[in-house]
Amino acid sequence: MTDLGRALLIIALVVSAYAVFAALYGARGGGREWVTSSRRAIYSVAALLTLAGVLLESAFLRNDFSFGLVADNSSTTTPIFYKLTAMWSSQSGSLLLWVWVLALFSSLVLLATRGSLREITPYATAVLGGIATFFCALLVFKVSPFTAIANPPAEGAGLNPLLRHPSMMFHPPMLYSGYVGFSIPFAFAIGALITRRLDAEWIRATRRFALIAWAFLSVGILLGARWSYSELGWGGYWGWDPVENASLMPWLVGTAFLHSVMVQEKRDMLKVWNASLIVTTFTLALLGTFLVRSGILDSIHAFGASTVGGWFLALIALVLVGSIVLIVSRLDDLRSPHRLDSLLSRESIFLLNNLALVGLCFVIFWGTFFPLISEAVTGERSSLGPPWFDRYTVPLALSLVLLAGLGPLLAWRRVTVSYLRRALGLPAAVAATACVALALFTDAAQSVTSLILFTFAAFTVTAVLSEYWRGVKARRTMSSDSYPAALISIVRRNRRRYGGYAVHLGVVVLLVGVAASSAFKTERDVRLRPGQTAQVGGYDVRYVRPTSGLSNEKLEFGAVLDVRKDGKRVTLLRPSRSYFASQDASMGTFGRFFRGESTSEVGLAPGATRDIWTAVQPDLRLLNAPLREANRRFADAPGDVQALVIAALSERYVRRAPPATFRVIVNPMVTWIWIGGLIVLGGALIALWPSALAARRRVTSLYAAKLGRELSRA
Amino acid sequence: MDPLVLLLIVALVCCVAVVVLLPVLRGDSGEWSPEGDDPRAALEARKEAKYREIRDAELDFRSGKMAEGDYRALDRSLRAEAIEILKEIDALGEPPNTRR
Repeated sequence: MTDLGRALLIIALVVSAYAVFAALYGARGGGREWVTSSRRAIYSVAALLTLAGVLLESAFLRNDFSFGLVADNSSTTTPIFYKLTAMWSSQSGSLLLWVWVLALFSSLVLLATRGSLREITPYATAVLGGIATFFCALLVFKVSPFTAIANPPAEGAGLNPLLRHPSMMFHPPMLYSGYVGFSIPFAFAIGALITRRLDAEWIRATRRFALIAWAFLSVGILLGARWSYSELGWGGYWGWDPVENASLMPWLVGTAFLHSVMVQEKRDMLKVWNASLIVTTFTLALLGTFLVRSGILDSIHAFGASTVGGWFLALIALVLVGSIVLIVSRLDDLRSPHRLDSLLSRESIFLLNNLALVGLCFVIFWGTFFPLISEAVTGERSSLGPPWFDRYTVPLALSLVLLAGLGPLLAWRRVTVSYLRRALGLPAAVAATACVALALFTDAAQSVTSLILFTFAAFTVTAVLSEYWRGVKARRTMSSDSYPAALISIVRRNRRRYGGYAVHLGVVVLLVGVAASSAFKTERDVRLRPGQTAQVGGYDVRYVRPTSGLSNEKLEFGAVLDVRKDGKRVTLLRPSRSYFASQDASMGTFGRFFRGESTSEVGLAPGATRDIWTAVQPDLRLLNAPLREANRRFADAPGDVQALVIAALSERYVRRAPPATFRVIVNPMVTWIWIGGLIVLGGALIALWPSALAARRRVTSLYAAKLGRELSRA
Repeated sequence: MDPLVLLLIVALVCCVAVVVLLPVLRGDSGEWSPEGDDPRAALEARKEAKYREIRDAELDFRSGKMAEGDYRALDRSLRAEAIEILKEIDALGEPPNTRR
C-alpha cells in the first residue's frame, strides 16, 4: 500500500503544479475555463491528500509495519488515540499534515470566493498551488511518509514517550492550521498587488480566514505551553525556546495585521503596512516550519537535523524577495489619500499597538537567531536566555496591555477631550485603587513590573467592561430590552467589536497569570526519604510512600505526597516517572525496561490562586545489582517468567525505597493563563460566528428603509 | 507493484484528469460568468460593510464617544455611500432566483 501512497503524492504534485500553470495562463488571457480548471485542480489536490492521509492513518491503526513511518512511530501497544495522532510526530508525517490542511483551506477559500474577486482569485490560486507544489515536492523527493520496509518488524519502536500527552496530540494540527491559514490572506494579498485591486475587498474576503488562522495559532501555542507545564518536568510553560518563539512571532505579527486591516477597511489607510504585515506573517509561519525541521537551532521541540532546511530557505527567500519587489513596484497604488484625523482616535491606538507588536516580534526574532548571528560575527555560538527576553519583552507587553484598554474607549477618526476625560475616569480610578491595594495588602510590590502589569490590567478590564456597559445602555435607549437581552443584542449585532473586546479581556487575564506565576513562584528541589517533610512556599510536603506500576508499554515509579498548610491537608499528590522499554539490547534483557526513555508525570493540584506542582526523580541505582543478577540468570527465560522478574524488581523498589528527588513549585495564578486562553478562544468564536441570514435580512431592510427616508428628504 | 494497486492508481489519474480538464476540453467556464465578477455579490459585500460602519458609528455616538457634529457629518457621508451602493444594486434588477 506504500506504492499507492507514493502515487497519490506524485499525482498531487503534478496536479498542484498544473493548478499554478492553469491559473496563470487563464489570468493572462488564456480563457476563463483555465481558471475554472485550476480551481478544480486545487479541489482535486485536497481530495488526493485526504486519501493519502486516510491511507496513512489506516496503516497506523492496522499496525502495518511495512510502512517505515508506522514502524518508527507506533507499536502494537500504542493506544488507539495516539496511533491516530502519531502521524504528525514525525518529519514526513507532519509535512503531509501541513500540505493536507493547506489544500483543505485553499479549497474552502476558493469555494467561498467563486463568485467574487475574479481578477485576484487566479493569482491567489497560483500562489496557493505553488505552496502546495513545494510541499508535495518535499514529500515526493526528500522525506516520503510512504517509505516501505522490505522485511517489516514484528513490533514497532512506539511513539516518542514525550509526545504521549493529549495536548501534544492536538498542538501540532492547531499550530499548522494557524501557519497554513495565514497563507490564504497572503495569497490574496499577492493577487491584489499583481492586479492592483488594492481596495479592502481582498481583506473582506479573507478576513475570516485570517481570524481562523489566528485562533488556531493561539490555541496551538497554549496547548504547547500546557504540554510543557505538565509533561516536561521542569515546571514552566514557556522557556523562550527557539521553536516556541517561532510560533509566537507569526502570532504577534498576525495580531497586528488583524488590527491594522480594520484601519484599511474603515479609512482606506495603511495599505503598504497591511501588505507588509501579511507577507511578514506568512514568512514567519514558513520560518517556524523551517526551524522545527532544519536543526539549525537546538530545541527540545525540533525534529532534529534534516536535509529539508535548504529547500525551506529557498522558499522563504523567494516569498520575501518576490513580495518586496511587488510591494515596491505598487507603492503609487498603495498610497492612501487619507491621513490620521486625530491622535485621539482608534486608528492611532491601532498604529501604536502595531508598533508594539512588531517591536516585540523583532526582539524575539533577534533573541532567537542570536546564536547564529553571534556565530557569524564572532565565530562562537552564544545564546540569550530568559532574562534577556524578559528585559525587552516585558515593557512592550506592558504597553500592549494598556493599549488593549485604550483602544476600545476611542472612536474612529476622533473623540472629544471631554468624552475622553469621562471615559478614562473610572478605569483610571479602579487601576489606581488596585495598585494601592495590591502594594499595601499583598507582596505585589516586590516585583515592580508585575505591579505595573496588574495596574494596567485593572485599567483595561474596567475599560472593556465599561464598553460593554455603554453598549448595553445605548441599546436600551433604542429598545425596551432587559439588561441581559440588551447585552446579547449588542453582541449579536456587533460580533466583531464585542468578540474583539472579549479577546482583549482574555489576553489581559492570561498576562496577569503569566506575570503572577513568573514573579511570585516558589520553587525547591528537595531530596526526601519516605516519611520526611519539606517546607515549600508555606506548605508542608511529606513523602508518604513510594509507588510503582507496570503496564504493557511502561514501568512507573512514583510517590504519594501529602501536602498540608497549617496542619490541614490541602491535597494528596502522586507524581511519577514512566520508563519506556528500549529496543537497545546492549542494556540487557531487563535493563532495557528500566533504562529506556523516561517521562515525567507531574502531580498537580490546580487552584484559582495557586497551583501546587511536583515532579519526582526516583533513584533507581538501588536496582543495579538485582538487574545484573536478573540479566545473568533469567535472560533466556520464557516471557511470562521475565514479566514476573520485572514485577519483582519494581516491587523491590517499593519495599526498599531510597531517597527520591522532588521538584516542588507553588505557582500562583497559573490557572488564569488557561482561563485567559479560553476567553480568547470564546472571543474569537464570537467574532467569527456568521450572522444568521434572517437577522441580516431584517437589519438590511431596516437600514434600507432608513436610507430611503434619508434619500427622500435630501 | 500489486496489479490491483496499479489499477487503482490508473483509475485515480483518469478521474482527476476528467474533473480537472473537463472545463478546458469543453471550453466551459463553469461557475465563471463571462462578464467577470458577479457584481451583485461584490455589491452585497460592500453594502454589508457599509452598514457595519453605519452601525459602528451610531453605537459610538450613542455611547458618548463622538461629538454630535462629528457623528452627523460622518453618518451623512456613510449613508450617502450606502445609498450609492443600493442604487447600483437596484440597477442590476431583481436577482434571478426571486423572479416569478
